[in-house]
Amino acid sequence: MKGLRNLFTALAAVILGLLAGAILMLAIGADPIQGFSYLFRGGLMSAERIGNTLATATTLTLTGLAMAFAFRTGLFSIGASGQMLMGGLTATALALTLNLPKWEMLIIIVTAAMLAGAIWGFIPGILKARFNVHEVVSTIMLNWIAYWTVYYTIPAHFKAKFLETESARIPEYASLKVGWLTNLFHGSYLNLGLFIALACAIIAGIILSRTTLGYELKAVGFNRHAAEFAGINVPKNMALSLAISGALAGLAGATYYVGYATNMQIGVMPSQGMDGIAVALLGANSPIGVVLASIFFGILHSGKGFMNAMTKIPPEIGDTIIAVIIYFAATSVLFTRLYDRLAAKLRRRS
Amino acid sequence: MWDSLVRIFPYAIAFTMPLLATALGALYSERSGVVNIGLEGLMVVGNFTAAVVISRLQPTMGQAAIWVGLAFAMLAGLLFAVLHAIASINLKANQVISGTAINMVAGAITVFLARTFTGSGNIHITLGFVPFDVPLLCKIPVVGPLFFTKTYATTWLLLAILAFSWFLLYKTPFGLRLRSCGEHPQTADAAGINVYRMRYAGVLISGALAGLGGGIMLVTFAGEFNGSVAGLGFLALAALIFGNWKPLGILGATFFFGFASTIANVSQVVPALTKVPGLVLKAFPYVVTLLALVAFSKTNQAPKADGEIYDAGKR
Amino acid sequence: MDYIVEMLNITKSFPGILANDDISIQLRKGEILALLGENGAGKSTLMSILFGLYKADSGTIRLRGKEVHITDPNVANELGIGMVHQHFKLVQNFTATENIILGLEPRKGPVVDLKRAAKRIEELSKTYGLNVDPWAKIEDITVGMQQRVEILKMLYRNAEILIFDEPTAVLTPQEIDDLMGIMRNLIAEGKSIILITHKLKEIKAIADRCTVIRRGKVIGTVDVADTDEARMAEMMVGRAVSFSVDKAPREPGEVVLEIEGLHVLSSRKLPAVNDLSLKVRNGEILGLAGVDGNGQTELVEALTGLRKVQSGSIRLKGVDITHSSVRNRVRSGIAHIPEDRQRRGLVLDYTMEDNFILEIYGLSPYSRHGFLNRKAIREHAGKLMDDFDVRAGEGPVAAARSLSGGNQQKAIVGREIDLNPDLLIAVQPTRGLDVGSIEYIHKRLVEQRDRGKAVLLVSLELDEIMDLSDRIAVISHGSIAGFLDPKKVTESEIGLMMAGAKKGELQ
Repeated sequence: MKGLRNLFTALAAVILGLLAGAILMLAIGADPIQGFSYLFRGGLMSAERIGNTLATATTLTLTGLAMAFAFRTGLFSIGASGQMLMGGLTATALALTLNLPKWEMLIIIVTAAMLAGAIWGFIPGILKARFNVHEVVSTIMLNWIAYWTVYYTIPAHFKAKFLETESARIPEYASLKVGWLTNLFHGSYLNLGLFIALACAIIAGIILSRTTLGYELKAVGFNRHAAEFAGINVPKNMALSLAISGALAGLAGATYYVGYATNMQIGVMPSQGMDGIAVALLGANSPIGVVLASIFFGILHSGKGFMNAMTKIPPEIGDTIIAVIIYFAATSVLFTRLYDRLAAKLRRRS
Repeated sequence: MWDSLVRIFPYAIAFTMPLLATALGALYSERSGVVNIGLEGLMVVGNFTAAVVISRLQPTMGQAAIWVGLAFAMLAGLLFAVLHAIASINLKANQVISGTAINMVAGAITVFLARTFTGSGNIHITLGFVPFDVPLLCKIPVVGPLFFTKTYATTWLLLAILAFSWFLLYKTPFGLRLRSCGEHPQTADAAGINVYRMRYAGVLISGALAGLGGGIMLVTFAGEFNGSVAGLGFLALAALIFGNWKPLGILGATFFFGFASTIANVSQVVPALTKVPGLVLKAFPYVVTLLALVAFSKTNQAPKADGEIYDAGKR
Repeated sequence: MDYIVEMLNITKSFPGILANDDISIQLRKGEILALLGENGAGKSTLMSILFGLYKADSGTIRLRGKEVHITDPNVANELGIGMVHQHFKLVQNFTATENIILGLEPRKGPVVDLKRAAKRIEELSKTYGLNVDPWAKIEDITVGMQQRVEILKMLYRNAEILIFDEPTAVLTPQEIDDLMGIMRNLIAEGKSIILITHKLKEIKAIADRCTVIRRGKVIGTVDVADTDEARMAEMMVGRAVSFSVDKAPREPGEVVLEIEGLHVLSSRKLPAVNDLSLKVRNGEILGLAGVDGNGQTELVEALTGLRKVQSGSIRLKGVDITHSSVRNRVRSGIAHIPEDRQRRGLVLDYTMEDNFILEIYGLSPYSRHGFLNRKAIREHAGKLMDDFDVRAGEGPVAAARSLSGGNQQKAIVGREIDLNPDLLIAVQPTRGLDVGSIEYIHKRLVEQRDRGKAVLLVSLELDEIMDLSDRIAVISHGSIAGFLDPKKVTESEIGLMMAGAKKGELQ
């Protein structure tokens, strides 16, 4: 069964990643059991912490979906960071310029962020479709262009009162945070983005498995020659896929910069872009997998600060664990082979 | 105008060198058939290793510490590249994903270790290379001031490596065999060549050269390790494509990028550039790369089996 | 009896397939031994073991009486064994010399001594009548010459035992004659040859003995001079084989496809289709014969919408479709059985049911308002798999990858015929298939024609063209060299046309 096999592979990668983390902790003289205990407690110990975990997971779900979508259609987009930045910049700009009732604000902001991300994803898409420019290089170039765009635009037009390096504070009526949610989780960063993320996961799942659009996108991803043969417009679908991926990442930017955070900092390349790749890989490119993987990573991210405070273990260990997990998820063929052998053995016994 | 050029060139060349080293590394890897997206991470590893070694040894060894640091940077890059080699050659993983994983692991683990050394995660070195003027050659009109003033020893080292690489790839049996693995591994296999071993060689060399690139960056213009090489690894990959997978082409492409990037960085010092908005200057190299990739997409001569997983069992 | 090579009790299996089942063959010095078997019988696997590309699970190999262990191609080369593969192992942008010396490069210090190598290659080329330019790049030379580069590879390494794997698949009749001459030269110089083939005519022309392999087992070895083609075919397939297809004569009807003055460029921007004109009518099979690389691929791509047309026109039932999209052409009545079933014909990672709707997923009832209708899709697949004898373990939800080549092809044939096209373009429809599947597909093609539809058959197998076609068109250098009547024309006449002669010159 494919689902069970994917789960096994994912768990194996996670365990190995945690093991690597444990080894690192030992190497610097810390106690791994204590380290992990603070790490996980940091993510789950209280309502506020759970809220923060979910809030982090929100953004990761969206970037994970963005990557999963692109990967499913055979494209290795690494552009989620840049698309997040453009989505976030658009959201921040609108939040600081318009003044409308909350629901209207949110709808406009979210839609605009989606569009900005979609455009930022469309560009590498069309470059690939028309000129066969490899999307890995083009998305990375666009990441940096977005980075510098934010770097100069925020201080020029939206800067905070006293600091050059961040934007002004997002007013309450423009933020995705809502009173009841914040209260429910005792002041965490959790915001409406959570529902957006879940909705997107469901919609992405439906598109991929039940619609003609999904059929076309997957066909192009699996075998573009056969897709051409069938009359499917390959360049159009490639561009469309990256645009959708960009839209999802743009949404991630909105949930992060006007949801989780209260303003936008310059000079930071959001790591959720790369983490989205890890989430997609670990989740085997399926929407459910992405949601689960992003919650796991959310725990790691939320907990590492607590762990650092209590044990002096550098917070980068969280990133290291995640990176090691991807490495093992990428080399998953080892695990799938192991799984097949175990499964065959079990079948023989019964 | 001329004055500005003379002032910019040494910086441009210095900026080019890490790119050149890394792009040369990418050449070896891709010519053997393995795409190496992890160059960024390998540069970070080299950068980190050089920083650690140099800052430890400098008090006792002085200038010599720098060369030791660079050697260790190459070694570290090579060892780290083993991870990518195992994943993409033995375990038949998708090469792009494996490379991305390398980047993430490198970025995380180096900062992690750096923090245990210095708490802030940045490592300074007090002495880098001192630029010097090449005697006699720097007096040649036009060419002299542009290319032979304020040079670094590593620049000349790299150019020697470039020349050697050209020779190795096109004149020796090793080069012929390496290229055959990247064009049509089945042919190499039937000729009795161990494709796996060749590809390992390609990937490990790319690791060593990328590590060297990260180290050179540290000792010529960066001066400290801070966890990132600002996308130079990816720029090197773009240079490889732009240079059409040939050593001379890579030299031209990397110099072009070096020059474009430098313009942004020295805009304060050059009067002609102070009027251009900062965003344009900073984004310029990346935009140009995109345009170049578009322009060169038709004539590209990538090794035919580049990026394809080779499974000896599936002959 | 002096055997130079003996392969005894060789067994080799791959996951799910027993390729070689206790096979024993013996090659005498100085003879040409043919290995006859259907596609998939196990001949290539056996020879790959001899050449060191695979390792047998069990069994022994003896060379000149002594047991040897051939662990990789280098060992095989040292023992004097060489192989010309069916799919050439050549690096396209290397020269002939570089390809020949790869792995065994002569050196002058650290540098490769290309001049010395080229000189030796020229000498060998002259001795055996091979006529190869050492400095030519592989991508620039003909397929026939590429094959001779492969032969030189063996001779450069002083091979005594030469294995040829389906060497004539890509040659014109004249080039096949040339190759036979080269083989006789090689034997005269003391070599011994194993010829893997499924072509009975060639075995009769050149081989001394023939070992027949079926489904991984040796059926028997015969003296070619004493055995006729019918007997060899029966040994190969296991039953009496009819060589011709049952075809009642039929009056062709209206013109369905009309091509006029077509010009199409290849991927390298050179003219591939060069002022080509032809017509196909209802109720006829037009066979397009020609050596690979003369424009057939580009012609079919232009007809199906996969490649742009520079000038000229294509009309389907009178309507100009020269620049129509692929989808429009399918809707207008063209179906296409592609040359490469795994590349163009199927999405291997999809299930069979998803492959069956490849051209029609956008139509009702398979989808409505953008949503797929699983039930209709599954029923459709089930029906087609029954109608066209497509066998797959898990039925419609089987992964396309898991089917055998024959079943994959039958599925594609079924899918395209089910579109009820006015024009069915079939390119190499039986390539790599077993005799049973070949007979089946030939039957369906004739059925299509009997129902009054038009069929354009493009094939490199002359036998297939001559069996099935009502009319033959020979394509050479991108245009039609002539139209022929299969009942009246001889194979050598077709061969001459394929090589470039025009119809008038045949007289």
